[in-house]
Amino acid sequence: MTIEAIQKELIDEFSMFDDWVQRYEYMIELGNSLPLIDEAVKTDDKLIKGCQSKVWLHADFNKDTILFTADSDAIITKGIIAILLRVFSNQKPEDIIAADTKFIDEIGLKEHLSPTRANGLVSMIKQLKLYALAYQVQLNK
Amino acid sequence: MAFDVQKIREDFPILQRKVNGYPLVYLDNAATTQKPQVVIDSIVDYYSNYNANIHRGVHSLSQEATDAFESARQKIQKHFNAKNPYEIIFTSGTTHGINMIASGFSGFIGKEDEIIVSAMEHHSNIVPWQMLCEKTGATLKVLPMNKEGVLLLSEYDKLLSEKTKLVFVNHISNALGTINPIEEIIFKAHKKGAAVLIDGAQACAHIIPDLQKLDVDFYVTSAHKMCGPTGIGMLYGKEKWLNKFPPYQGGGEMIKEVTFKKTTYADLPHKFEAGTPNIVGGIAFGVAVDYLNSVGFEAIKTYEEDLLNFATHKLLEIEGLKIFGTSTEKTSVISFNIKGIHAYDIGTIVDKLGIAVRTGHHCAQPIMDFYNIPGTVRASFAFYNTKEEVIKLVEAVEKAKMMLS
Repeated sequence: MTIEAIQKELIDEFSMFDDWVQRYEYMIELGNSLPLIDEAVKTDDKLIKGCQSKVWLHADFNKDTILFTADSDAIITKGIIAILLRVFSNQKPEDIIAADTKFIDEIGLKEHLSPTRANGLVSMIKQLKLYALAYQVQLNK
Repeated sequence: MAFDVQKIREDFPILQRKVNGYPLVYLDNAATTQKPQVVIDSIVDYYSNYNANIHRGVHSLSQEATDAFESARQKIQKHFNAKNPYEIIFTSGTTHGINMIASGFSGFIGKEDEIIVSAMEHHSNIVPWQMLCEKTGATLKVLPMNKEGVLLLSEYDKLLSEKTKLVFVNHISNALGTINPIEEIIFKAHKKGAAVLIDGAQACAHIIPDLQKLDVDFYVTSAHKMCGPTGIGMLYGKEKWLNKFPPYQGGGEMIKEVTFKKTTYADLPHKFEAGTPNIVGGIAFGVAVDYLNSVGFEAIKTYEEDLLNFATHKLLEIEGLKIFGTSTEKTSVISFNIKGIHAYDIGTIVDKLGIAVRTGHHCAQPIMDFYNIPGTVRASFAFYNTKEEVIKLVEAVEKAKMMLS
């Protein structure tokens, strides 16, 4: 599935919810259900520090795509990570670089991606794109 | 006058607004307090009616503005019982004041000297002294605390020596609410010949420090934590210290005479107020002090103690909830966690219900490291908060707990 198609799917999923409680319950469920990262790679060099919550991000390169795994100490942050990984993981580096995160606004979770929120998510997206860029350079060599 | 919280709430226009569809419950007063209409009006009044640069104009408007600014200084001097108005220096806030003192002190600290800071300091209280120690080669010593969040004075006795040049403690901890025994800390430091700086940022909305009685060398605070505007604060310093310090910044206002050969500095307080000061801020700071006094600090203390007891009791009814900072001497701050739930998650859910609390390490990471936690949820109450709001907080935390576990 393309990044755009997954984003569309997420927007459709979230449009079913009537209020913020349902939206957040779903996000918490996503955060709880996904095995996000292998404990062995949850090392300090994979840690993105936020003042509010921590995020770990790990990338595995697999032929022409990147497989991301990630985790957080806060469950709501983890839920958003699950959403972001669904969009960005298993994609080609050039598509990851080109993709935006506007769909987050549309599913009503905009505030979590504010740079001032210090939950590590903004840095995570930046880091995710940097991995994609690095891998793309490697592939083109 | 009896304390009528509903009437007091009418003084604060922001308390009428809604957040995320719910009436705002503002419980982040340790970060900043809300502003009463009189303070807001004083800002509008200044810019509408007598805005002018101060101290230099002969024209009437400048005189009016100068009088207002200087009478605010006197008001603040009287409120804190400083000996002289010129011992009150207007700063941009507590952090600015601390940096000014660190800078002033750098000429009086040597390699063999020691500075003591408490284990419950805000980052802004640790970093300037670390920088000063790096620069001078002096040693930074940490005064430890116990699990209740109470400073260990027996350790203080061991740390203090003739080498101690400065002791720095906050009056009240921003993360825990502990009221520190500053009288004893100051008394003991002076016996060893050390100066004492107290950070009163968290204290001045709750109590009035009597600067002369405390005999403190330096005391700093911010107006915005006591119903005044942001960007203005006070540095109190004993005259003998302030005269010894070189100016902090060069500029206009701080000079007496300038030739290309030499500049003579102005007298206190202007020596430390280079450039055009935050005139409107100073004036509104004075109005905020008047406002708090009109409510009455005795009434505030009694009311907030009752609110703190009520909130502590109600919150502890939530299973798995733990409070950090359980000193018997504390102000209306409750830092807590719920077992197995991240503070950020609780903060996010209660915000959805219109409740403003603080989450995270509260710029006091050493305290969080001490308790081995990433952060806490902090509810900090002011005299305009109500028991109904406490109940709303408890219900919201219960809901967050239900959603998150």
